[in-house]
Formats: sequence, C-alpha cells, structure tokens
Amino acid sequence: MNANDAAVIIGAYEHPGRELPDKSLAQIHAEVAIGALADAGLTLDDVDGFFLGHDAPGYGGGWVSMAEYLGLRSLTYMDSTESGGASPIYHVSHAAAAIAAGKCNVALITLAGKPRTGIQPGGGGPLRPEDSFEMGMFTGAGLVSTYALAAQRHMYEYGTTSEQLAEIKVAATIHASHNPNAFLQKVMTVEDVVNSPLVADPLHRADCCLVTDGGGAVVVVSREVARSLNRQPVKILGQGEAAKLTDGGRVDLTYTSAVQSGPRAFEQAGVTVNDIDYVSIYDSFTITVLEILEDLGFCEKGEGGRFVMDGTLVAPHGRLPFNTDGGGLSNNHPGHRGGITKIIEAVRQLRGEANQGVQVPDCEIALVHGNGGDLGTRMRSATMILGRDA
Amino acid sequence: MDVAAYEKLLPDITPRNKPFWDGCAAGELRLQRCTDCGRHRFPDAPVCPQCLSSSASWEAVSGTGTIWSWCTMHQRYFAAFADEVPYRLVYVRLTEGPLVISVLADEPDELRLDLPVRVVFRPSPGGRVIPQFSTGDLVTAA
Ligand SMILES: [Zn+2]
Repeated sequence: MNANDAAVIIGAYEHPGRELPDKSLAQIHAEVAIGALADAGLTLDDVDGFFLGHDAPGYGGGWVSMAEYLGLRSLTYMDSTESGGASPIYHVSHAAAAIAAGKCNVALITLAGKPRTGIQPGGGGPLRPEDSFEMGMFTGAGLVSTYALAAQRHMYEYGTTSEQLAEIKVAATIHASHNPNAFLQKVMTVEDVVNSPLVADPLHRADCCLVTDGGGAVVVVSREVARSLNRQPVKILGQGEAAKLTDGGRVDLTYTSAVQSGPRAFEQAGVTVNDIDYVSIYDSFTITVLEILEDLGFCEKGEGGRFVMDGTLVAPHGRLPFNTDGGGLSNNHPGHRGGITKIIEAVRQLRGEANQGVQVPDCEIALVHGNGGDLGTRMRSATMILGRDA
Repeated sequence: MDVAAYEKLLPDITPRNKPFWDGCAAGELRLQRCTDCGRHRFPDAPVCPQCLSSSASWEAVSGTGTIWSWCTMHQRYFAAFADEVPYRLVYVRLTEGPLVISVLADEPDELRLDLPVRVVFRPSPGGRVIPQFSTGDLVTAA
C-alpha cells in the first residue's frame, strides 16, 4: 500500500485577519489550530501528532512551547521540520508517513506570523560572516536582489518580459477580488503592475508578495479516523522533496529544486501535468511562480513567459488556474511564509468550497508546491499532489 | 552614508577568511582552492563541498569574469544604503567558476549580460577594501 493511502487531509482553516496588532503569535497559532480542528469535527483533545516550523514562538523554536500553550497532553509524535515558507507542505507528507507507520492518528499542522504589526521573525539566528558574503550585503544586496538577478537572467536567456511576469500578478488580483478576506481587493492590469514603483529592477512592487499577519492550519488523520467524521477528506496522492545547494558558489538562479521534487511527486501519484486541474504555486515573487511552472514541467524551460499569457492562470476557465485565493501576491503571505495557504486553497478547490467565481469545475487533482529558503543561495522544494476523495 | 550601519553589513574578519581580506588590501582577488580536487570555492568554507577535503590553499585568481546578471536597487533595503538608491548590483561569474555579488566601479555606456569584467578594489566607507568590478579596458579588448 502507498504510505499516502493511509492518511487524508480532513481539516483546513485560514485566519481571516491580515493585520492582528492585538494578538500574540501564540494566539494566532492557537486560533488557527482550533479553526482547522473544528472544520474537521475534532478538538484539541484528539490531537496526538503535532507539526510546526520555526515560526512557532517560545522554547527552542519548535513545537514544545506551543504544545504547552495548547494543552496537548496526548502527543505521541512531534516534528519540527523547518524548511522556510514551504515547511507546512513537508509537514503534511511527514504526517502522512507517521500515520502510515502507526505513530499517530490525528496530526495538527499550524503556521502563523505577524510581521505586519509585530516583530520580524528572526530566521535562523545571527548572521555568520559567510552569509554576508553570499548575499553581498556589504554591497547593498539582499533577498529581493537575488530574485531580481534571477528575473534579469531569465529575461536575457529566454526573452521573458516584465509584462509576462505581470500576467501572474494580474491573475492573482482577479482571484483576490473574489475573496472577501484578501488583503488586496483591487484588480490590476498588466499596465498597473509594470507602472508600480521599481523595488529591484526588473522587479516592481507589484511583483513582490504581501507582508501580512495571520496564519493557517491543516489536520491530517488516518483513514479510520476520517471515516468516523462527517467531513469530505482530501487524498494525498504523491509528494516529493528536494534541495538545491550553493555548490561552492556556483548558483544558477534560473531554475529551482522543483526540477527534482516535481518528478518525484508525479511518479508517486501516478499522474502527469496534463491531469492537474488546479495549482497552488509558491509566489514570493512573480519570477518564483514562472520558474516553478517551468521546473514542474507545465511548459518547456524558458517558455514560462509565453505560457502565462492570455489568461492561462485565471480561474475558472484558464488552462491552469493558480492560487485562486489571490495567493501571497494578493491575499495573504502570513509571516513571510506562503506554504499553509497554498495547501488550504487546494483543499477548498478539491472540496468545491473555493470562492464563487474562482471554483474550478470538476476539480479532481491539485498540485501544491512550496519553495523554502532563498533562490539566491540554498533552497529546498516540496511538491504535493492532492486528490478529491471519490 | 551611515558608516556604523554600513559596517554591520560587512562580514566579520575571521581566521578562516582573513586571507581573502588581506588579498583585497593587497589588490589581489584570492580564493580558497581545494588541495585534493583543485576546485575553487567562494565564500570560504572549512571543507570542500565537492570532495569534503579539509585541505585548502589560498590562491590569487585571474580576477576576470563575466556579468551573469544585474539589478538596480530602488528600495531602501538597508539603512546604510538609504541615500544611495538607485544603485546597481552585478552578479559576476568568475573565470574560476564561483559567482560573486558586488557593484560596478564604473558605469559602462551599454550594459549587457555576459559582458567581460575584471575585479578592482575600492575602500568602503569604513575603510575596508572590498572587491568591485569594472568593464574598463576589457570592453574594447573583448
Ligand atoms: Zn575538493
């Protein structure tokens, strides 16, 4: 039996807030935990597996303090795999593996952050000398610079244009206009995007993801538990992980480790790109989406710019509707981490619970892809393929 | 420029990376090279990422490379650079393989990718000499 057959996603919840000045980070984790469990018809008392990344506050940057805060007394399995914004996508597949191995039955996965009204997350601790070297910080370069360098090289090698990158943002804004909780409600045109202020040429402000407070949670349970609940499960058909490292300073920014995680997920799921009805793609920047779509094989390498034109990504009738909640570009990017919202929107699509106007008809198979870390240095990818339960 | 804010962005000089900074001060780009497999690496690391050998020497390299990519920063990203925007960054692929982010010491008439460049050394606001790149001479020579 495929390990993934043993477990299903049964609960999902996205915090409706985007600016939460009066809530602590732990409170947001707790609210989304209760929300996702309620969606499943479960309570905190049912949880025996707990998965979260370093966005959790308190002792050790992991699960211990949050478990204490939530009063989780029955834990038999804990996992604090940290992979940047992609962490929750790892957590879902790790939870499925733990459930298949009999280590737990009800796995809770939470993510939260409040960079908009609180403090910026500390990341991986103090910078080491080599970090400043790698990022070129002493020459005024930072994270956004490396994505701009990636976009520039992609434009040079493949003829990609700013207008093509803008198509990605336009699709996200159209989707967000159907989402009453979305941070940005206004539909933008290609012209609006390319006329927005330059942040790091060739990237404009509208090419960059939002900074929002908030979070989300997902509950993964055994088939047996799911049968006892009155909620539509979502199947985990396949998943793949990969890492792309610096290789002594030889980092080609025009591709991501999706080139490895994608085929692993497709193989396990036994499906191809042609079977995918909806995609949730990590969207830290428009260039991130473009490269991932190419790397996952939705088009040839270098064809991403042409692929996203003419409404390809626009729901419900584009060839490949993406991020129908508005994504990190227009809806929500809580705590600089877009992983959990990507899973949640795929679950909504497969259950037929997406916002009116963006529900993909007959959505049976969805792909979720997350990037963790920085395209410019070391990064990791998680791809997951989900299916509607028959 | 706020020199104190700028200096916080500079990598600390450590026993391991000191030969790099000594090289800059002497007007020479020096990289670590694995004694066992011969591969250059940047930044410095305790072992070779190719063969895990901990044996390495510091060598002056050609100082030449090509512009792999560039971008222009308009956002005030670091306090130290708030008054500098817009400024251009280049990502240079050194002839020996590794890539380095820095700035151009001069503004060429026409900037294009894969343009040959060579390293030049300029004192940064606090006095530490840092590597930058120049298209001078090489453009006409190329
Ligand atoms: Zn070696």
